[in-house]
Amino acid sequence: MSLPTYEFDAVIIGAGGAGMRAALALAQSGYKTALVSKVFPTRSHTVSAQGGITCAVGNTHEDDWRWHMYDTVKGSDYIGDQASIEYMCKTGPECVYELEHMGLPFSRLDNGKIYQRPFGGQSKNFGGEQAARTCAAADRTGHALLHTLYQQNLQAKTHVFSEWYAIDLVKASDDSGFAGVMVMSIETGELAFMSARAIIFATGGAGRIFQSTTNAHINTGDGVGMIARAGLVLQDMEMWQFHPTGIAGAGCLVTEGCRGEGGYLINKDGERFMERYAPHAKDLASRDVVARAMALEMRAGNGFAPNGIDHVKLKLDHLGADIIKSRLPGIRELSMTFAGVDPIYEPIPVVPTCHYMMGGIPTNVHGQVITKDTNNQDKIVDGLYAAGECACVSVHGANRLGGNSLLDLVVFGRASGLHVQEQLNSYLPRKNASEADLEAAMSRHQRWMTDKNGEHVSDIRAEMQKIMQSDFGVFRTGEFMEEGVEKLKTLVERMKHATIDDHSKVFNTSLVEAMEAENLLVTAMATAVSALHRTESRGAHSREDFPKRDDENWLVHSTYQQENHVMGTREVNRAPKFIEPFEPKERVY
Amino acid sequence: MSDLTKKVHFKIYRYNPDVDQAPYMKDYHIDVPADRDIMLLNALFLIKNEDDGFGYRRSCAEGVCGSDGMNINGRNGLACITPLSSLKEPIVVRPLPGFPVIRDLVVDMDQFYKQYEKIKPYLQNSNPAPAQERLQSPKARLKLDGLYECILCACCSSSCPSFWWNPEKFIGPAGLLQAYRFLADSRDDHTEERLAELQDPFSVFRCRGIMNCVDVCPKGLNPTRAIGKIRSLLLQEAL
Ligand SMILES: Cc1cc2nc3c(=O)[nH]c(=O)nc-3n(C[C@H](O)[C@H](O)[C@H](O)COP(=O)(O)OP(=O)(O)OC[C@H]3O[C@@H](n4cnc5c(N)ncnc54)[C@H](O)[C@@H]3O)c2cc1C
Ligand code: SF4
Ligand code: SF4
Ligand code: FES
Repeated sequence: MSLPTYEFDAVIIGAGGAGMRAALALAQSGYKTALVSKVFPTRSHTVSAQGGITCAVGNTHEDDWRWHMYDTVKGSDYIGDQASIEYMCKTGPECVYELEHMGLPFSRLDNGKIYQRPFGGQSKNFGGEQAARTCAAADRTGHALLHTLYQQNLQAKTHVFSEWYAIDLVKASDDSGFAGVMVMSIETGELAFMSARAIIFATGGAGRIFQSTTNAHINTGDGVGMIARAGLVLQDMEMWQFHPTGIAGAGCLVTEGCRGEGGYLINKDGERFMERYAPHAKDLASRDVVARAMALEMRAGNGFAPNGIDHVKLKLDHLGADIIKSRLPGIRELSMTFAGVDPIYEPIPVVPTCHYMMGGIPTNVHGQVITKDTNNQDKIVDGLYAAGECACVSVHGANRLGGNSLLDLVVFGRASGLHVQEQLNSYLPRKNASEADLEAAMSRHQRWMTDKNGEHVSDIRAEMQKIMQSDFGVFRTGEFMEEGVEKLKTLVERMKHATIDDHSKVFNTSLVEAMEAENLLVTAMATAVSALHRTESRGAHSREDFPKRDDENWLVHSTYQQENHVMGTREVNRAPKFIEPFEPKERVY
Repeated sequence: MSDLTKKVHFKIYRYNPDVDQAPYMKDYHIDVPADRDIMLLNALFLIKNEDDGFGYRRSCAEGVCGSDGMNINGRNGLACITPLSSLKEPIVVRPLPGFPVIRDLVVDMDQFYKQYEKIKPYLQNSNPAPAQERLQSPKARLKLDGLYECILCACCSSSCPSFWWNPEKFIGPAGLLQAYRFLADSRDDHTEERLAELQDPFSVFRCRGIMNCVDVCPKGLNPTRAIGKIRSLLLQEAL
């Protein structure tokens, strides 16, 4: 076989915030590192993040990382891993200062420090008054962060493989783990084997399993798919965040920062209904709480368009043109483009919209991927790492707080880069792959490039999105989910025989989309099976047939393995290093 | 949502080097929803569903990632934020002018990225970083507005005649906007070095002030003004 082989010490798959921060951590190490991305780095989804990055730098009031930790644990509905949350909240300020030093153009307070705004679920002093903890660059924080990290990688001369698609992991011939990853240049269609001693997954989310999502088209769960096919474990896949304020009909997000700046939600009678659902935090209650309240309002007939695309509205006009123009300019642009509404004068039509994958590839605090051995015990997969939205280091548990994802990216992107470096210093041998291993990793590609005259893959994708939207949305019930799982299973069968018409090599987007659709379906299946399995309501997972949280049976992570759809559990980490763990309490806002 | 549709006529530039001898324009008559507006990107998606050999780039679908710059009825823009209702039929879509075509609407942007890299688009500060943030007043920070928001979509450089003629030597509007973004940042202390690298007759001075760039920038940015500011900094230096 004339397959080109590229040898690296470390390969990072994904050039969003997590991947590029990891690459920087490795840049000075002298180890040969490749950063692979299916889109040019600044086109990664991190660019869309708006509201900000949360951490206790205390620029507008006294603050403490322990308070941030308390909020995050509570927000997670107590299945976030406390050692990870502690590490993130404690290291957060250092990581945010680093970003500032790299040049990130944060908005500023009068004293020249980084501007911070209130976000949902934030409190002072362990559940006291509303805090303002989210550091922001207007409402374009993700753009500012992603471009800054790319610029730093340019300076560091990181070896970027832009518009290269990772297809699958390549097993080591001695079964000791993974030898590298099979990749394809999208521009030429050329396949190559990237041999690597360490691999970091930073492939982002998979919101495109739903019909209506704030996520980019490229968020297709490729990392989740690769891990599942490699026989490793996925975790908490039932936990999907529905963001309260997606623009009705379009799906684009308007940041929670709008409510942080003083905006609020109204129903068709003009009532500020969150006062009824969360008397204390009101519109800044946790996202799961607000999204459910909105769904209930619409169900009660209080939406603005019960017979069309029903929605409630987000009112900002009372903030005044100055605040909107200086702090929320991107939101104004989006709502004028996609809703035809200028928020300076009129409220924006919004609905809860799929936004974020809390589950994913389980890892420890260093980003090392964890799976289960044959005795069902946790096992670290040497040389394999994951960080960012595709990972489940579990700082978000059953519900993520706003601004905590960007923090997760830089904290754990950095941590995994640093740990890879340490491991490369001490061991991590290069592993060999046999012809058969390489062929296995190419098989998806080969099938799409040869099979003809089957069903078109776009139909299957559309059906999957419809099923996920109707049976696995904000409210879930066993009966519909069972049907949903069965329907998805037939789609999995159909996918095996689906085809594309275009078999040419140069920039074949149909081929890429087909391989992405396979990953979406893996992610959807994992989500559906996990959601049916968890017979309680917790965080974003809310079941009408099991409306209560059940700590006795379910204060655990769920695990999923693709083969035979096997479900299991993993203990939640409740052993932070520096303080006593927070015990589960009822969650009120 | 109702199923009311209407037919819209598109003429799209097609070229697949694997199979086509030469580029050609292909006609499509596509059913689009009649009761609401959609963006051009949604229409391209419908076209691709019919003709899966058709290729274009896209990611965010909301005008922030810069993937889908293209030439739409003669003018550069982003498909994802261009409403179909704003376009006259037949809707003619071509790849960004001035760049080599890889396939269909996908162009090779290497030259564009190289010019961007040339201006050293990263903060340079020779003092050791403090333990906390570097301070910057809101007024100093305000100078970065209208500069840092660039999404590298290349709509501007691809409409700039000076860039077409000197793609290797003239930095072009996008790169120069970023050059000024770092010159304007109170935290960057490499002003002199940066200016020294822009002094030659091409990097900046090839700009003829034609303003095509300002006209097309989908983010409403103004490269010409930034270029003007760099020029006056260069002239001050020279004095
Ligand atoms: C509209 C919106 C607004 C948001 N706002 C905020 C906010 O204000 N604050 C906050 O904290 N969070 C926010 N979030 C969440 C946050 O932006 C994301 O969770 C985060 O950016 C994900 O970053 P990442 O690095 O994990 O992945 P991404 O940025 O999604 O990057 C994934 C990378 O992986 C690459 N990739 C994927 N698959 C492959 C493959 N097969 N081969 C090669 N490369 C591949 C892609 O090319 C890309 O480079 C927001 C999310 C959305 C949708
Ligand atoms: S103003 Fe200068 S940079 Fe802009 S299009 Fe004209 S020549 Fe090009
Ligand atoms: S200046 Fe405007 S047109 Fe030019 S690359 Fe940046 S965003 Fe695009
Ligand atoms: S798809 Fe991102 S700018 Fe249009």
